[in-house]
Amino acid sequence: MKRRVLPGLPLTLGITLLYVGLIVVLPLGALIYKAGTLGFADYWRIVSSERAVASYRVTAGSAAVATVFNLVFGLALAWVLVRYRFPGKRLVDAIVDLPFALPTAVAGIALTTLFAANGWFGAPLAAIGISVAYTPLGIMVAMAFTSLPFIVRTVQPVLEDLDPALEEAAQSLGGSDWTIFRKVILPLLAPALMAGVSLSFARSLGEFGAIIFIAGNQPMQTEITALLTFIRLEEYDYQAAAAVASVLLLTAFVMLAVTNLLQARALRYTQRS
Amino acid sequence: MSLHQAKPPRVGDSPAVRRTLIALVLLVGAVLVLAPLIVIFVQAFSLGIQAFTAAIGEPDTLHAILLTVITALIAVPINTAFGVAAAWAVTKFDFPGKRLLIVVIEIPFSISPIVAGVAYLFVYGLQGLLGPALQAADIKILFALPGIVLASMFVTAPFVARELIPLMQAQGRDLEEAATSLGASGWRTFWSVTLPNVRWALLYGVVLCNARVMGEFGAVSVVSGNIRGQTNTLPLHIELLYHDYQTAGAFAAASILTVLAVVTIIAKVALERRGAGRRSRVSIAAPSMIAEEPTS
Repeated sequence: MKRRVLPGLPLTLGITLLYVGLIVVLPLGALIYKAGTLGFADYWRIVSSERAVASYRVTAGSAAVATVFNLVFGLALAWVLVRYRFPGKRLVDAIVDLPFALPTAVAGIALTTLFAANGWFGAPLAAIGISVAYTPLGIMVAMAFTSLPFIVRTVQPVLEDLDPALEEAAQSLGGSDWTIFRKVILPLLAPALMAGVSLSFARSLGEFGAIIFIAGNQPMQTEITALLTFIRLEEYDYQAAAAVASVLLLTAFVMLAVTNLLQARALRYTQRS
Repeated sequence: MSLHQAKPPRVGDSPAVRRTLIALVLLVGAVLVLAPLIVIFVQAFSLGIQAFTAAIGEPDTLHAILLTVITALIAVPINTAFGVAAAWAVTKFDFPGKRLLIVVIEIPFSISPIVAGVAYLFVYGLQGLLGPALQAADIKILFALPGIVLASMFVTAPFVARELIPLMQAQGRDLEEAATSLGASGWRTFWSVTLPNVRWALLYGVVLCNARVMGEFGAVSVVSGNIRGQTNTLPLHIELLYHDYQTAGAFAAASILTVLAVVTIIAKVALERRGAGRRSRVSIAAPSMIAEEPTS
């Protein structure tokens, strides 16, 4: 039987390619081209400069801490939302997405106000000698906020679909709750957790708006790579901006590949079980 | 309820664990998510309601609101048309390079908004590929509305497509093929067969896309030039006021975007009850799940 072919391929594919070409590929190509015109020696000098390397350390280090925090808290949040009933549960479930819906600049000024030395949280923390705003801790708070939903939303559906029979079997064998959680449940959640972790980490590496308000932005100490790019632009040092931006772009591509790999694994895993 | 109680307790169901975890989650959630929400409104009204309305009514703020709305009115419909076209092309046909195309559509999702802004500078800026030609022709893209719209379209490119693709993939092609074999035109098939099936998912994507366009900061701040009263969108204007030590004014402006965020979440929950987003709940966070579906 001849397969019927639907109409509209030239039109829709044409629109798609035009849009993707003009909006996505052209600018990224221009950025890579611009960074490419630098020549290897200049490029390397810029991207391996002391200040740039410090910014990578600040960015990646803070993103790692924020992601570990979200791993623990996100898992706890997903667990509570799936396993327990309590008043206000639906509200909590809805509000989890607030960090995605709230503009980053708004989140930035709100978090800064809360964690500044005279803020609701900043004041008591300052009393015990911890300052958050304008320190690396502030960057971590902003990153944890903006990437909060990722791990919750990747783990939640897997947790919902978890077969109770597996737990029951483990219980009938006399396993304690903690043992069953570690030995049975956690391994089943691991692929989804890893996928969530990579998304959360990637988002934190690229975050800008929420961070610049709370970070203090001191070169070598609280300056993230995205901000360094922005500063180079303001100094009209376009080549340096292109070089540093290309590092962020490359990192994003690597994270995209890692995420795809982890998600493909997570999907295979759930389909098998 | 009695059925529920009859079940054996599952892992973590002991009252001590349950209460501790719920308390912990509510506490951290209140500190990290609820408190920022509250502090915005407390700060916005810190100088009284009159000061709040005066801050909103300030010409530069009004202009920023207007610019943000205009940007969304241009970027969101174009993006929606693209998302629908992309979903139709990808789910109704098989062609080589399809998976690559899906990955490219998803790319903006993983790229720092600052990188997006810089990339646009190197296309339309004076030091960019097309900049000199554009200047010669006296066409202004950067530091003007077109640049803001383009950057907004970049960061939101996947929003509508990624809601529609998994849904339309799952629904298959049978209905559309039946409609066309009965003589319906492509347009007719789309409007009366496809669209009714995907309307909630489409609206879901549009709502999220709109929220992101109106709230975008990083990419827009690179391409807009931050000209007060001219190219400042609302998020940029908030930054300007905040750094100007007009804290109450900054939070008054921020409260508008916060209301938008809350409305977005309410709309999102309402649409999820109609089935939108649920199927793709994983794919919201995990876009490439789309690419993992078998391509018949």
